[in-house]
Amino acid sequence: MTARRRLTVLALLAPAVLGFAAFFGYPLVATVVFSFTRYDLINPPEWIGLANYEYMLGDELFARAVGNTLWFVVVLTATRVVFALGVASVIARLKSGVGLVRTLCYLPSLAPPVAATLVFFLVLRPNEGPVDTFLGWLGVQGPLWFADPAWAKPGIAAVVLWVSGDLMIIVLAAILDVPREQYEAAELDGAGPLRRWWHITLPSISPVLLFGVVNSIILALQLFTQAVVAGSAASGSADVTGSTKDLGFPENSTLTFPVWLYAQGFRYFDMGYAAAMATVLFAVSFLATALLVQRMRRATHQEEGA
Amino acid sequence: MRSLPRAAAVSSAVALAASLAACAAGSGGSGQGSGPAAAPARDAEFSLTVWSNYSGREQDEVTKALESFKEKFPNAVIEHQGSQDDDKITAGIRGGNPPDVALSFTTDNIGQFCSSGAFQPLKPYLDRDGVDLGQIPDAVRSYTEYKGNRCAMPMLSDVYGLYYNKELLAAAGITAPPRTTSELLDFAKRTTRRAADGSLEVVGFLPSMPFYANRPQIWAPHFGAEWETADGRSGLATPEWAAMLEFQKRLVDFYGHDALERFRAGLGQEYSADHAFHRQKIAMMVDGEYRTAFLADQAPEVEFGTAPFPVPDDRPDLYGTGFTTGTIMGIPKGAGNPGAAWELIKHLALDTDTVVELANGIKNIPSTKAALADPGLEVDENFRTFVDLATSGKLRGNPVTPIGDAHIKAVGDFATAWQAGQVPDVLAGLREVDRRVDEQIAKSGK
Repeated sequence: MTARRRLTVLALLAPAVLGFAAFFGYPLVATVVFSFTRYDLINPPEWIGLANYEYMLGDELFARAVGNTLWFVVVLTATRVVFALGVASVIARLKSGVGLVRTLCYLPSLAPPVAATLVFFLVLRPNEGPVDTFLGWLGVQGPLWFADPAWAKPGIAAVVLWVSGDLMIIVLAAILDVPREQYEAAELDGAGPLRRWWHITLPSISPVLLFGVVNSIILALQLFTQAVVAGSAASGSADVTGSTKDLGFPENSTLTFPVWLYAQGFRYFDMGYAAAMATVLFAVSFLATALLVQRMRRATHQEEGA
Repeated sequence: MRSLPRAAAVSSAVALAASLAACAAGSGGSGQGSGPAAAPARDAEFSLTVWSNYSGREQDEVTKALESFKEKFPNAVIEHQGSQDDDKITAGIRGGNPPDVALSFTTDNIGQFCSSGAFQPLKPYLDRDGVDLGQIPDAVRSYTEYKGNRCAMPMLSDVYGLYYNKELLAAAGITAPPRTTSELLDFAKRTTRRAADGSLEVVGFLPSMPFYANRPQIWAPHFGAEWETADGRSGLATPEWAAMLEFQKRLVDFYGHDALERFRAGLGQEYSADHAFHRQKIAMMVDGEYRTAFLADQAPEVEFGTAPFPVPDDRPDLYGTGFTTGTIMGIPKGAGNPGAAWELIKHLALDTDTVVELANGIKNIPSTKAALADPGLEVDENFRTFVDLATSGKLRGNPVTPIGDAHIKAVGDFATAWQAGQVPDVLAGLREVDRRVDEQIAKSGK
């Protein structure tokens, strides 16, 4: 490559590189640097070495937040991918009313997270909500949902699942993109619908499913709004002004990693500790995604080789 | 393409250098100087931005009070922005774009505001103008300063007491509100109603924590419970805190924890017309004086009374005590016009006519002794309880620490676990909470 051509390439790349450096590189490096400091974002940071990370090891609520977030990672990843794949597979086989069903499944994903969570809170509200009233008619006592530490996370997962139409649309597009000839050839060979779905559809859309898995993991790791709104509404403080909302209600079952990070950085003025938490979150997300992508690629290559 | 990794390395180095430069840039200190900024001349033209978390009717009333500042400075222009909570105020300060005057509802944060320098010290202004802080009740003074550093002034206050539904108490044959926790327990049992299936229809007194005004800091004064030991450490493992929690547990056990949780889960939000007291689903509760205005507005059909909150039978000396908190005003670090900002704060905090008019407008308790005694203060029978509490000299302010409300959350979490029967030994559990609070304060380095 000539020097002139190299300069041209660099000049063309410059906007992207500068943008990346300013809006990703700098915040990332700054976050790591601040994680070794005591910093309230008002006064100069004070270098304290690994103290924030040491405190993390004994922080009971940090462990609780990690547990809650891992729960969401596992449950949301599995349910979102299964939901998107299941609904998309059904829609792809519909003979009529495709547009209506697709719209109905996609529409909730346009709802703002706060509104969606409040709707679920009101619909599932014990004693007075329509679901509880209906269950009452059947002689069944429904759960307390967002007010019960055992049911609050499933309730939030239901909200997130309800607004997962965006992933469903992506999977549907991938299914519709599978060449028809493959299905016709398999059909001629006597393969039934299930075998065709298993041996043609699934392998063909596996890269999109991988995207769905990675996307769901990142979404679960960043779960914040729904947890705060659900906790506030269930504790009767949704309309409280000021910073006195009950984070994590009930019994810290909705205290996700980002919620605890927010509390540390913005409520307790401990941006150093929040930066340490953010660093851990980034490292875990990065490693999990890299490992997943690597394993899936290896599996795909092995399959292609076979 | 060996040049690209090199470019990436250069980018990283630049980013690192920039971040370290940001650290260094932050080391310039407040830059506000130690002396007070000069007050503007009476006819000076200046503008002030004020951020508060008020909205709707209350915001209009506060704006009216702010406009009265023009009687002293006719050419002042004041821009009042409502719905600005502490997060936004803090972000404004951190971003170098704060208002001239910040009004905060969250006195839990006063320790952070003062110790971090987010709010500028007011002592130079107080000394220069010879302000007598004795005109502010002690408890109100306590939640507007931290370790002797006064960085805020009060704008009205909230005082908490007992609310009771007269009809529900009368139906149970009760003619006067409870004065002791034994009476409260008895009256709560007598006013509770259950449906045929055993579920709760009306709860005499809801002790669930945290819910509505059931907050540790609001309950603690009635049991004589203190937050700190004499040497400044967290001091929760005491008989007083244990007595408070055991009283709550007796009530929870009477209702049954699961039945109570089911009842609570169906109740409305704290500031909505659906509030349980408005709907006559609870017979008694602890709440602030502002509830009188909410009831008049949202549930005028409810016949209610107010009284000091009951105290333990063996501590009659505590009767008439209560918790107080309120809106606080400060000059944020980096404020553009601190001299004029102080004049406005002084006006809102200490000018008797302004304080009385604002108190009448938003039904809060005046935060100066002169305003509390002013004949212009509108006081009905129920509001009188809170004015009397405010003048009793027995009020307790917010516990102030450099960790925001982290210590309050720790106690709230513990109370929740205790009420659910998950804690075998209350004092051992409180000692563990003490340890965690002390660790967190140590982590703050303040």
